[in-house]
Formats: sequence, structure tokens, C-alpha cells
Amino acid sequence: MSAPLEFALLSNGAGLPWTEVPEWPADDFVSATAAELDRGGRLCAWFGVPEGAQTRLVAVVAFDAENTLAVGRSEPIRDRHPSLTLRCPQAHLFEREVWEQHGVVPKGHPWLKPVRRQGNGQPAMGDFFEVEGSEIHEVAVGPVHAGIIEPGHFRFQCHGEEVLHLEIALGYQHRGVEEALTGGPHRATLNQLETVAGDTTIGHATAYAMVLEALAGTEAPLRAQWLRAVALELERLANHTGDLGALANDVAFLPTSAACGKIRGDFLNLTALICGNRFGRGLIRPGGCRHDLEAERAQQLAGRLRVALAEASEAATWLWDANSVRSRFEFTGAITAEQAEETGLVGPAARASGVVRDVRFDHPAGWHRFAQIPVAVWPSGDVLARAQVRWLEIQRSGKFLEEQIAAAPDGELRVTPGPSAADTLAVALVEGWRGEICHVALTDGDGRFRRYKMIDPSFHNWTGLALALRGQAISDFPLCNKSFNLSYCGFDL
Amino acid sequence: MTTAFDILLRLLLWLLLAPLVPGIINKVKAWVAGRRGPPVLQLYYDLAKLWRKGVVLSTAVSPGHIAGTAVAWMALVLAALLLPAGPAGAPLAFRGDALLFVYLLALARFCTALAALDTGSAFEGMGAAREVSYAVLGEAAIITALIALSLQTGSVSLTTMLAPAAGAGAALLAAGLFAVLLAENCRVPFDDPNTHLELTMIHEVMVLDHSGPPLAAVLHGASLKLLMFSVLLVQAVLPAGELSPLTAACALAGSVLAVAVGVGLVESLLARLAFRRVPLLLTTAFLLCLFAALVSWRGGHL
Repeated sequence: MSAPLEFALLSNGAGLPWTEVPEWPADDFVSATAAELDRGGRLCAWFGVPEGAQTRLVAVVAFDAENTLAVGRSEPIRDRHPSLTLRCPQAHLFEREVWEQHGVVPKGHPWLKPVRRQGNGQPAMGDFFEVEGSEIHEVAVGPVHAGIIEPGHFRFQCHGEEVLHLEIALGYQHRGVEEALTGGPHRATLNQLETVAGDTTIGHATAYAMVLEALAGTEAPLRAQWLRAVALELERLANHTGDLGALANDVAFLPTSAACGKIRGDFLNLTALICGNRFGRGLIRPGGCRHDLEAERAQQLAGRLRVALAEASEAATWLWDANSVRSRFEFTGAITAEQAEETGLVGPAARASGVVRDVRFDHPAGWHRFAQIPVAVWPSGDVLARAQVRWLEIQRSGKFLEEQIAAAPDGELRVTPGPSAADTLAVALVEGWRGEICHVALTDGDGRFRRYKMIDPSFHNWTGLALALRGQAISDFPLCNKSFNLSYCGFDL
Repeated sequence: MTTAFDILLRLLLWLLLAPLVPGIINKVKAWVAGRRGPPVLQLYYDLAKLWRKGVVLSTAVSPGHIAGTAVAWMALVLAALLLPAGPAGAPLAFRGDALLFVYLLALARFCTALAALDTGSAFEGMGAAREVSYAVLGEAAIITALIALSLQTGSVSLTTMLAPAAGAGAALLAAGLFAVLLAENCRVPFDDPNTHLELTMIHEVMVLDHSGPPLAAVLHGASLKLLMFSVLLVQAVLPAGELSPLTAACALAGSVLAVAVGVGLVESLLARLAFRRVPLLLTTAFLLCLFAALVSWRGGHL
């Protein structure tokens, strides 16, 4: 059989029989992936599937402009393959992950070290990049921090107050989510996925539900798709508002900081109004939603939403009007559009560098096929841009909700998805508030999960934070960190 | 005997009143933010709690760690004894005590930085480096302010320097000293006393490894310093010398309260400066004091 030329195409939230996924020998597969990426693709997922003692590599590439996804796989690899990172830097963390999980060495990878664990389950410290020189000093921060945040280790190479290089070591919250899914879905699977990243419950649960529906060949009823879209935007509103407050707090700007904490709570309470849980746990189920939003409560939700949006608008105005805040946000932690493209950033971090990249727009699925939200982009790539993108998205999500809550479709809320198709690959992308959430499932002959891979947006974006710090003052790190606000547990899985 | 008793009484007054000032500032910040905020006496409770706690020490520290903290606190207490408090005057006053006042503040800073470096932590070294870098400019400003007062009164003793009516450069001096007050006491926009972010701290990061009674000494010393700077600022510009003792005492207390409220308002409405801009503001404070000195020097002849 001659080698196929291109990847197989599919759309967001669709499945493909495993046998229809084109296959290459390892070397050719890496070249084929690089070719797909070169012609405008973006690496959504790159992972290994064990096959006996060997490992197959699978790549999911997104073509944002064409609204399609493409998948390809390699023949089973015993121990090594040429590194894709050398040609496409966005693959660097994926290749490290495959090496860690399956022991397949990406030959020529410039910085091969574990991403989450090393040895017997310890977090992935490894050796850090070191800058030499008599005036260079190293600052180690974490994993235990002074505030109540998640654990992660940051290693700075500094010259005085200037950061030359930052390396981030995570893995302290590794819980084995992916391993637990093999052979699933189990009874606890949905609950586990709702807490992959606790602040992105709706995002991850929606992606999981989409994967199961794709495997079963069904679709959630329209009303459920509508409710999922509403819940997703509420999650975005709450988190973006919280982030604006946290950014204000980091520069000791009291008014916005104090107000946003309260308004975030108001938005969370709107999610609680729908399903009884402020983070949306228990709302989304494969095949639909478990709670409805009848007209009366929808009315109530719309009223409270209007009030909260008006308050958020006031708090944001204080922030933008303060010169002292602007002088801290502007030109701090800037990332160019080229860097964002090269490292494959997603979500607000990418859009703040002027990259138009939004799953709701590029790969619409569910309710987003009928109701669009304009993509919020800001060109400067600094902390100000990331804050502005959040504010734009708060406004647009608010408007979207006001329109959509009044336009609820009728019909049933939940169907029972049939059994999952055997030997099928399904991909689901969801634009969570942090960016693209990618879930990929591969079933075995019985329709159980043979491999379930999930990529939280944080997996793409931690590299962006490290890049943003280059040449910055070390005292601006907390501000830059907050402007990305990435998930540690979403990365650690 | 009476003098010793008198000194002790005034000392107690300084020590007991000091923790009130941060309490007032925090209350103002809470009001502006629409919160109820911690009680005004919170720092007293904290100090009492810390005093009862044990001390956890890093294995890397030498006895200098505790000694440095203790000397820093005592230097601040001695400085308080030199500072006149309105009509009551200063417990200790002699020719040239203004210089000793400045040196005692410097000694306190030196010992705090030394105690920080002694822990061997990268954070604390970083904090000490920041603290002493900015102190260079802050000290220049405060010395210039004292020169202005000295030129105005022809004296080098704090009691006589601070007693009379406001001089011609009072407004300049007030602005300069207020900026120095904010910088020296690690308030916004120079530092953020409430931050939990190690990498952005100046003063706070130097005391991360302190615990129990030494931390209590640090916190109390900081509040004492804040009160001293408020009293100094108020007396440098308030024409209290012409008032009756009771009115003067009330005016002093009211003005210190006003300064605390002012600090609270600044913290509520301004964001922090980026580190690279801090020297700019401190240089401005220095220039304000310098012009106050020029006005004191030539002002009478115009």
C-alpha cells in the first residue's frame, strides 16, 4: 500500500472509524504532520496509543480557516521517531508527554524532560536550564506559595531584577485522570471530568458529552445544546470577571479588585440558578442536560444578569480610567503574534496577541452553529491586551446571553445516547473560558475507551507565560501569571 | 527620678499608640471598598497572638537573625524618644539629635536587611537589595527635609526645629515628606503591605522567615515608624507652636489621624508603581524637599 498523502478530515464533534485514519511509518508520519502544520494547521493533540509493547502516535490538526479537523496516525513505533519539535515548536510539550507516558524518544528534541512525573511518581522537576555568569542568580518559587493557589514550581534565571529565562515545572496535582478512563466510561467518569479543572466544569463536561454523543452517532437535543451554550458563557463571565479583579488586586488597585470579587459571585450564582451548583456540576450529561431552565427562571436569570453586567461595566471602567493601572498593564509581558502562532497558544492569550482563534467561531458545534459570538481580539500581546480581551468577551458573552435566553428552543432536554461505536476515534473541541479544550477518544472492539486523551488550554499556554517573562522585571511575574491565569490541575491531569 | 518616670511614660505612650495607625488605614481602605474590614485594634490582637507563639527558625540562620531584629526594634524606639510630640516635647533632646534620629532609622533598616540576608533565602536577599536601593533616595529626601527645617529655625535639635510656626516652604515640605512616608513605610504606590506575592514585595519579603515574637517586633516596629513619620510630617508643617498646649495636642492628634486617612485613601485609589518607576517618584520627593530648603534659605529675604 502506498503511503497516503494527507490526513483524514472530520468536523468538530464527529467520529471516524479507526481504520479510516490514514497511517504512515514513523518518519513519514512526522513529515506528514509537519506538512499539515506548514500549510496552516495547528496541533490540537498529539498522543500515543499503546499497541502491545509498541506505541502508535496520533495527531489531531485543526485548520481554523477551513473549519475542519484532520487526523493521522503512525504505524506502531518501538522506541524512537524523529522529533517534530525541530520543525514545529508547538509540538515540544506533546513530544515530551508521549516520551514520559510511553517511553518513545523523539530523536533530536532540544529539551527532553518529563512534564508531570519522574521516577516513582514524583513531580517533574528534572534539570533546569541554567544561565551562567557571576552576576546571574537563580530564584526558585513554589511549589508552596504564599497565597492560596495551586502548587507549581517556577525557576527564574535573573540578572538583577531582569528575568532572562523562566522554566515552569508542574505535576504536583497529577491524579491519573487519563489512566483512570481507560476501559471506561465508568460510573465515576463524568464526575471526574467535571473536576479535571474545577473552574472549567462546563467546558470539560461539554467536551466529554460531545465525544460520547459522537461515538454513539447521536446528537443532544437542540434545547440541551442551547442550555450548554448558556452555561458555557456564564462560566466565561464568572471567570473573566474574577480575573479582572485579580489583575487589579495584583497592582493593588482596590476599587475594581473589591467589586469584581462580588460580581464573580453573582455570575456563579446564575449558574447555580440553573442547576443548583455554582460551578455547574451535574448540569451536563451525555445526551443532553439534567436540569432545565424554564421560562420563569430564565426571566429571573436575565434580570439578574443585567444587574451583574452593569456592575461589571462600572468596575471595568474604574480599571481602564486609572492611569496608574494602565502604566502597569501596558508593555508588560508582551507576546508577539508570531510567538503565539509558533507555540500554538489558544484562548484569550492567543487572541490578545492579535491571533483570531476561537473554537466557537472556527469549529462551531452545538448551539454555536446557530448563534455566533464575534471573536474578541486585541493586538498588543501585553497584560493590557489580555485584560482587554477578557473585558470584550464579558461584554459579548453578556450580549449573547441576553439574546439567547429570550430565544430558547422548545423540545426535549435529554436523549439516551446509544452504545458507543467500536474501534472509532471521536474528537470534540470546546472553547472554554481559558481557551480550546480538546477531548479525543478511541474505542476498542467493545466500544469501551481504549485511549482517552484530553488537552486543557493550559497545556498549550504555560509556554506562553514562560515566553512573556523574558526580559521582564521579576516583580511583574505575578501580574503576568495572573493575566494568563492558567490551570495547574488541568495541566497535571 | 521624675525624669526617668517621665521618659518611661512617654515611651509607653509611643509604644501603645503606634499599632493604632495601621488599624485606621485598613479601616479607611475597607470603607472605600465597601467592606466592613478588620477591627481598628486588629494589630494589637495580632501582636498579642504572635507574642504567645513559638519561634521557627531556618537551619541556616545565625544568632544575628534574632539580634538584628531586636536591634532594629530598639533603634526605632530610641528614635521615637528623640521625636517631640507637640506641646509635650521630646523625652530626650540635645543639640544635633536630628542627626542621631536619621542615623537610628538607618541603623534599623541596616539591621532588618542584615537579619533578612542571614536567612540565606533568595527572596529575602532580593527584598533586602530592593529596600536598601530605594532607601538611598528616601534618605536623601528626609535629610534634605531636615536641612530645610534647620535652615528655617537655625537649630539642629528636633524640639526647636519642629516647634515653631510653619515656614514658607511648608507646602513643598508636606508633599515631599508625605511621599517619603509612603515609601519608608512600604505603602502603596511604592509597596503593597497586603500582597501575598513574594516576588513583588519590598519590605514584606525581608520578614518572610520571621515568626512569633521576632515577627511581632517587626510589625510593631513598622507601626511605630509609621506613627513617627506621621508625627514628623505634621509637626514640620503645622503651626502648632502658637497654639495653647491643649489645642496643640488636639491639633497634632487630629492631623496624624488625617495623615492616616490620607494614606488609606491613596491606597484605595492608586495602583502600585512598577519598580522601575519608584526612583522617579522618590527623586520627586527629594526635589520637593530641596526646594523647601531653598525657600527656607532665601525665602526670608525676598
